[in-house]
Amino acid sequence: MKTLRLALLGSLLFLAACKTVVLAPAGDVAAQQRDVLVISTLLMLLIIVPVIALVVVIAWKYRASNKDAEYDPEFHHSTRLELVIWSAPLLIIICLGALTWVGTHLLDPYRPLDRVAAGKPITEDYKPLQVEVVAMDWKWMFIYPEYGIATVNEFATPVDRPVEFSITATSVMNAFYIPAMAGMIYAMPSMETKLHGVLNRPGVYDGLSAHYSGHGFSHMKFKAHAVQPAEFDEWVAKVREEGTALDSTTYAEMEQPSEAVPVTYYNSVEPGLWHAIVNRCVDGTRMCVDEMMALDELGGFGAAGTMNVTELTTNVFTRGPTPFGNAPVTVDAFCTVLDSQRIYGNDEVIVAARDTSRLRGHGLDRSGLSLTPVITLLAAPQGAQAL
Amino acid sequence: MSTVTLPEDGSFHLTEEPHHPEGGNTMLGFWIYLMSDCLIFAVLFATYAVLGGSYAAGPDPKELFDLDLIAVNTAMLLFSSITYGFAMLAMQKHNSNQVIGWLLVTAVFGAAFLGIELYEFHHLIHEGAGPQRSAFLSAFFLLVGTHGLHVTFGMIWLFTLVIQTRKFGLTSAMQRRLSCLSLFWHFLDVIWIGVFSFVYLVRMI
Amino acid sequence: MSLTEFIFGRLTWAAIPIHEPILIGTFIGVAVIGLAVLSAMTYYRLWGPLWFNWVISIDHKKIGVMYMVLGIIMLLRGFADALMMRLQQVLAFGGSDGYLNSHHYDQIFTAHGVIMIFFVAMPFVTGLMNFVMPLQIGARDVAFPFLNNFSFWMTVGGAILTMLSLFIGEYAQTGWLAFPPLSGIGASPSVGVDYYIWGLQVAGVGTTLSGINLMVTIIKMRCPGMTMMKMPIFTWTALCTNVLIVASFPVLTAVLLLLTLDRYIGTNFFTADLGGNPMLYVNLIWIWGHPEVYILILPLFGVFSEVVATFSGKRLFGYTSMVYATIVITILSYVVWLHHFFTMGSGASVNSFFGITTMIISIPTGAKIFNWLFTMYKGRIKFELPMLWTLAFLITFTVGGMTGVLLAVPPADFVLHNSLFLIAHFHNVIIGGVVFGVFAGINYWFPKAFGFRLDPFWGKVSFWGWVLGYWVAFTPLYILGLMGVTRRTRVFDDPDLRIWFIIAALGAVLVAIGIGAFILQIVVSILRRDQLRDVTGDPWGGRTLEWSTSSPPPNYNFAFTPVAYDLDTWADMKARQYERPVSGYVPIHMPKGTEAGIILSAFATACGFALIWYIWWLAALSFVAMIGYAIYHTFNRDRDYYIPAETVAETENARTKQLAEI
Repeated sequence: MKTLRLALLGSLLFLAACKTVVLAPAGDVAAQQRDVLVISTLLMLLIIVPVIALVVVIAWKYRASNKDAEYDPEFHHSTRLELVIWSAPLLIIICLGALTWVGTHLLDPYRPLDRVAAGKPITEDYKPLQVEVVAMDWKWMFIYPEYGIATVNEFATPVDRPVEFSITATSVMNAFYIPAMAGMIYAMPSMETKLHGVLNRPGVYDGLSAHYSGHGFSHMKFKAHAVQPAEFDEWVAKVREEGTALDSTTYAEMEQPSEAVPVTYYNSVEPGLWHAIVNRCVDGTRMCVDEMMALDELGGFGAAGTMNVTELTTNVFTRGPTPFGNAPVTVDAFCTVLDSQRIYGNDEVIVAARDTSRLRGHGLDRSGLSLTPVITLLAAPQGAQAL
Repeated sequence: MSTVTLPEDGSFHLTEEPHHPEGGNTMLGFWIYLMSDCLIFAVLFATYAVLGGSYAAGPDPKELFDLDLIAVNTAMLLFSSITYGFAMLAMQKHNSNQVIGWLLVTAVFGAAFLGIELYEFHHLIHEGAGPQRSAFLSAFFLLVGTHGLHVTFGMIWLFTLVIQTRKFGLTSAMQRRLSCLSLFWHFLDVIWIGVFSFVYLVRMI
Repeated sequence: MSLTEFIFGRLTWAAIPIHEPILIGTFIGVAVIGLAVLSAMTYYRLWGPLWFNWVISIDHKKIGVMYMVLGIIMLLRGFADALMMRLQQVLAFGGSDGYLNSHHYDQIFTAHGVIMIFFVAMPFVTGLMNFVMPLQIGARDVAFPFLNNFSFWMTVGGAILTMLSLFIGEYAQTGWLAFPPLSGIGASPSVGVDYYIWGLQVAGVGTTLSGINLMVTIIKMRCPGMTMMKMPIFTWTALCTNVLIVASFPVLTAVLLLLTLDRYIGTNFFTADLGGNPMLYVNLIWIWGHPEVYILILPLFGVFSEVVATFSGKRLFGYTSMVYATIVITILSYVVWLHHFFTMGSGASVNSFFGITTMIISIPTGAKIFNWLFTMYKGRIKFELPMLWTLAFLITFTVGGMTGVLLAVPPADFVLHNSLFLIAHFHNVIIGGVVFGVFAGINYWFPKAFGFRLDPFWGKVSFWGWVLGYWVAFTPLYILGLMGVTRRTRVFDDPDLRIWFIIAALGAVLVAIGIGAFILQIVVSILRRDQLRDVTGDPWGGRTLEWSTSSPPPNYNFAFTPVAYDLDTWADMKARQYERPVSGYVPIHMPKGTEAGIILSAFATACGFALIWYIWWLAALSFVAMIGYAIYHTFNRDRDYYIPAETVAETENARTKQLAEI
């Protein structure tokens, strides 16, 4: 047993020596995921090792040239053995299944963290760092709503501060992954996914897209900096100082496909931009997806909806001219969120709200009802005329 | 296989060629094919279930569908199933002229069904509610269109069988083919019932 | 639209990749070899025999062999892709771009995946089932012999379309499952994805029909006395596989149809605009994709079962539990698809449900492993080649199974998904399971198909090349996955990764030796066929019916329909001193060969090619021709004949003489 443990330890050390970031991560979430990985492996080795040993031993012992070995061609059934055969894997799977159920719920990427590291629980009033991540062809944009800044291909966070990522993509699927920090989650167009993570050790870590996304995929990487809080403030100041403004025009420029884009800073972010990105209506002429969905909920826009479209002239990456059928169209905006903010100020007309909190297991607390206002702006046609 | 009894002497082979009921394989094979086709429709129904509410701020079923027309259309297909049934009864009586007659009546109903469907599609596309307008319309055109395509192939097949029945008479091979088309035709009927209830009726209420 | 555009669609001279030296070299190589083969065939006047004995043959044994040949040819292409990827990943370090640009590299990994699954593994599996299963159940042929021939040629048609993309146009740059929006018309406007779609659609028709065919064969055509629970285990796994084929390939057909419509008429199924939803594609394609994995592995589980029993000189341990394990796997394979995308964010309860169902599959699989173990227990194990492959499988596959269960644990999957760890895992099970199984099967049944055994020396070289090659090539990938390296990456920054890629490339070279030795093994065996000849028809001491007839079997398989009383009918016959009948032959009813299969498939392939290149007139014409020809074929009533009793007697007497000489 001792030698086995030594061997295991040795192989782990060996693996750690070659920078297996997954086995030696710098963030608490990834560390817990590593623990699940290791425990599951050990659980399965309980059965895998004996099986492999048995294969070798039996194959050798009952080789045809070994006439001493017993030969019993009638040995082809044994109820007791069958019971063992089926129940041994079953037992392991029951343990592993329990581990899976609990582990999956605890490490659900949507679940806000309750600790920053083992033994360091989060206090009630702690606010995570909100970061909005946009996967573009082929670079990453990070928007920090709390600080009103944004970056491309560089991410920074204070150590031990939980980060709440909201993730979307502009055109095709990607997966957002900082191996040292936490597991990956897909970035998908017109959808928003969440990921919670934290980095506990200062350092520079690799971040990447883990889902193939086309031509420039291999260069779709960034560095994740985990720094002390004071340094983080300096970094924010630097971004403010060196950056330019991020509005729908500069965004549209950045959105064009490009590879190996150098780190870029933005010192301000147009209000409502993130909402517009997720809902694919940054250019202002298109109807936002959430408005569209809210309209659909009410039964669509009727026959008028067949008129309310514009032929697509700019390339949107996901659609293009096809040999048959009309040219692709987009649905025109009645009035964009940005317009509405210009007209109504911050008095949003909330017509409908959707509960967007996620389904979770009975055993776990709901993180509270999270009502997302769906701004349908039914008054918008008037507003549009006013414009 | 089941028709063969094992040799009583415990011998390991049959001395005579076992007689396989002709066409038994075909009917089973055709059934399995229909089930696999059914799966294609299952996927299309599932797609419609997922995307059927995504009007993309465009027209919805209430706006688009004319239930009276669809009722007539459904009646056409149901009648065609009945007349195909009559063709099969005629086949049991070995009356090939009657079989051909009923098949042609079936074809008339089938053509009426297709005609109405084409009219509906043309009308929708003309109104700007073509399959490109929204995911709902894509799923609708695909599901109904795939069914329509099946009916079209059924018609081609039906005419082939009319000619073959004339040429070969009601041989056992022809009876098998007529039975296969019968299965196919009724299968399309069943699918249409699904389309009618799930696509048209439910969404109109 | 100009006249040229009308005639050639979007096919122009620019579609010929004359600026790609690698492709030009490949083309010249293929052309030279092709010309050599063609002229040799002309010189030796082999066209007639090829056409009449093989191309139009509806004999399940010949179709089975043709499937295997297709698999071997496509294996060479798929493996060439693998070597190129390995080399690129060795070179592309420290600012170097390697020797493949992303346009080329992205096609290679897509083609590698598609070809290995659809045109290597599938033909191998279908070929084995085609050749062995009717013999095992004592049938004269499959239920629909013409359909069998047609299915094969459709598979070839799909393979041809896929291969054409090398020299005309390009292949998809999307990964082997072509997820939209990347595979949509906006992000991939060129012909690559269309090659992908039509190649798979044409081949898919063949696969589905072949599934129906073999399923009916097993249900309806077993010899008298062979009840379901007396069927050889390989036939059982074949049955389950064909059920899976019939119940999953239509889903692939449908989902590819949706993608086609998005690309050809601008519908919005997967567009992320106007209400479409790309995640629908991901779900649907994996609803096909996961059963597909079991379609590939189940028949090989059957092969291993036959091999273990034969070479241990024992009946299979726990036949009943084997059968139920197979059925349970078949059913469960439909409720696990979501484990391929835990990272989509489906919520913890959904993820853990699919994680746990996935783990449950390991229970029947584990039971199978134990059953093989206990079959060897108290046996007399002969280490012939098929048995060696089986032992290598038992060890390799167990490890692959373990890493598979790891990936089914969602928290672990979040850090391993899409990494090289995943790549290592599925190569571990597909090479360790499917490929090893195919080689076990080829070595096991080759003497049945051709009357002589495969050369053991080159067989062992091939065996060690593959087994060592696998471990050397993929263990580094496990480690790289733990280092956070993602699949499909073309260039790397971190120099510490390089050594692992170098080791992996060496492993690939070992596998190349394994493949080369396998080809040599076949060549050497043909040259030494007289020394390796087996006239008994039962070189290994087999247990199932295929070993009761001659090698190669006559085209009617059995002069008299066999009767089964017990499992392992042939072993039972031998145990009870069965006397082979030498007289009383009767005429045998057999189907006739027909060229309809290859003609229909040629029309379908032309139609696919025309659709890829927007040559609408050709598409319409070949489609109409296909329907018209199919109808014409239904008027042909001259489809079968009787082998006269005298011919049967002649064949059987020759064998009687041969057996007497032993």
